[in-house]
Amino acid sequence: MKEKIVNIKNLSFSYGDNKVLDNVSLFIEEGDFVGIIGANGSAKSTLLKLMVGLLKADSGTVELFGKPIEKFAEFNRIGYLSQTAREFNNMFPATVEEVISASLYANEGLLGRFKRKNYDRIDEVLKIVEMDSFKKRKIGNLSGGQKQRVFIARALVNKPDILFMDEPMVGVDVESQNKFYSLLDRLNKEYNITLVMISHDIGVISQKVNRIFCLSNGRVYEHDLKNSKNISLNNIYGENMNMLYHQH
Amino acid sequence: MGIIIAMIAPAVGYFLVLRRQSIIGDTLSHVALAGAAFGMITSTYPIYTAILFTIIAAFGIEGLRRKYENYAELSLSIVLSAGVGLASILLSLGNTQGILSYLFGSLSLVNMDEIITVIGLGIVILLTIFILYKKLFYMTFDEESAYLAGVPVRAVNLFFSVLVAVTVAISMRIVGALLISSLMVLPVAASLIIANSFRSGLIYSILFGVISVVIGLIASYYLDLASGGAIVLTALVLLITTIVIHSKKN
Repeated sequence: MKEKIVNIKNLSFSYGDNKVLDNVSLFIEEGDFVGIIGANGSAKSTLLKLMVGLLKADSGTVELFGKPIEKFAEFNRIGYLSQTAREFNNMFPATVEEVISASLYANEGLLGRFKRKNYDRIDEVLKIVEMDSFKKRKIGNLSGGQKQRVFIARALVNKPDILFMDEPMVGVDVESQNKFYSLLDRLNKEYNITLVMISHDIGVISQKVNRIFCLSNGRVYEHDLKNSKNISLNNIYGENMNMLYHQH
Repeated sequence: MGIIIAMIAPAVGYFLVLRRQSIIGDTLSHVALAGAAFGMITSTYPIYTAILFTIIAAFGIEGLRRKYENYAELSLSIVLSAGVGLASILLSLGNTQGILSYLFGSLSLVNMDEIITVIGLGIVILLTIFILYKKLFYMTFDEESAYLAGVPVRAVNLFFSVLVAVTVAISMRIVGALLISSLMVLPVAASLIIANSFRSGLIYSILFGVISVVIGLIASYYLDLASGGAIVLTALVLLITTIVIHSKKN
């Protein structure tokens, strides 16, 4: 049986009086490529942040690799591409190498020296994302697609089992998007990394992923990709999940 | 002593500017002034009371920032108001004639004890930045990801607040409360124009800081000018020169 990497049960979350997630349950298994879609303000980013522990749920539970999120500390097993990284200031003085090595810093002791194997690992992940010739370049001078691949490299550097991405395709041109999707496909199939990705573009994402969660009015609905008219509840817990047909 | 201040102010300022918190220097310097005034009234060494006041203010800013999550800059205004209000009351209470030297900075009034205190604390600050460099870089670049990579973000933030507070308090003696944030920001602004990496940006910031302080102090000695003003104007000239040379090159 495949491992449940993310397991959410009866989760609710509010911003003040505004309940944005209402009794949500879902799970993500090892090897999945999950797309999360929904209108603006449907709490997609909130759900992602709850999954990785950046936000705390009002009620319900979140488990990562079988551990309650509050106790989870195997940070090298998860990679996270935040919106913040994407929206960062182009004038920020950092090279591609510095940005990627940042993820390795956390594992070093306070006075620990940066080891040879770390430099090798940086070269390795840059090759995976086909950015090896950009190592010494300033990140602010790269295109949107190139930056995104560098951020993927940064997330990969600790060999994560799962990669969470918050709208990585924004600001990336169509050609780079195709390249990006083939990279994700490789990560998922060759490197067996579970992928969770928020996207606006249901047309494209539904062809790339194997599962889609749609957020609407505080609920999460899973689309059956094999039969677009049938909403599959097989993978979703509990009686709190409503059956719904809707067009996007 | 001047060189130490010239190194720590832009080094701390570098992280503040990149985290868009450069105004924090202004806020804390006003609180430092209140602290110095309190020291004079109570016959305590003013730099010590200034350090105490700025550390309390730095924690206050962090606390208020969480309270006003969507209006984070409001926390700076509140603490700034408290600092100015407190300083003006304290100045009116007792013998605070020496306060001008804390307002605009003055080297001639610095004694040996002060030199030892400032150099000692300055070296501690530089060492701390060196030790925390990797974590501070990650947090400056992307705090959320740093947290998820296992960086103890909250603890480092609090510790960094203390560093900023102490830097402001001890820099006040040379550049003066009103001009500290300039020494934290102007060398950094010049370095951002030419830096190709994070490390080079930090080195350029410190280099511009040292050049500004050395030239500024020499000018203030021979031309009998206020040291703080001379330092800050030198930093400004360096910044403008960097911008002009860089624009011509491109």
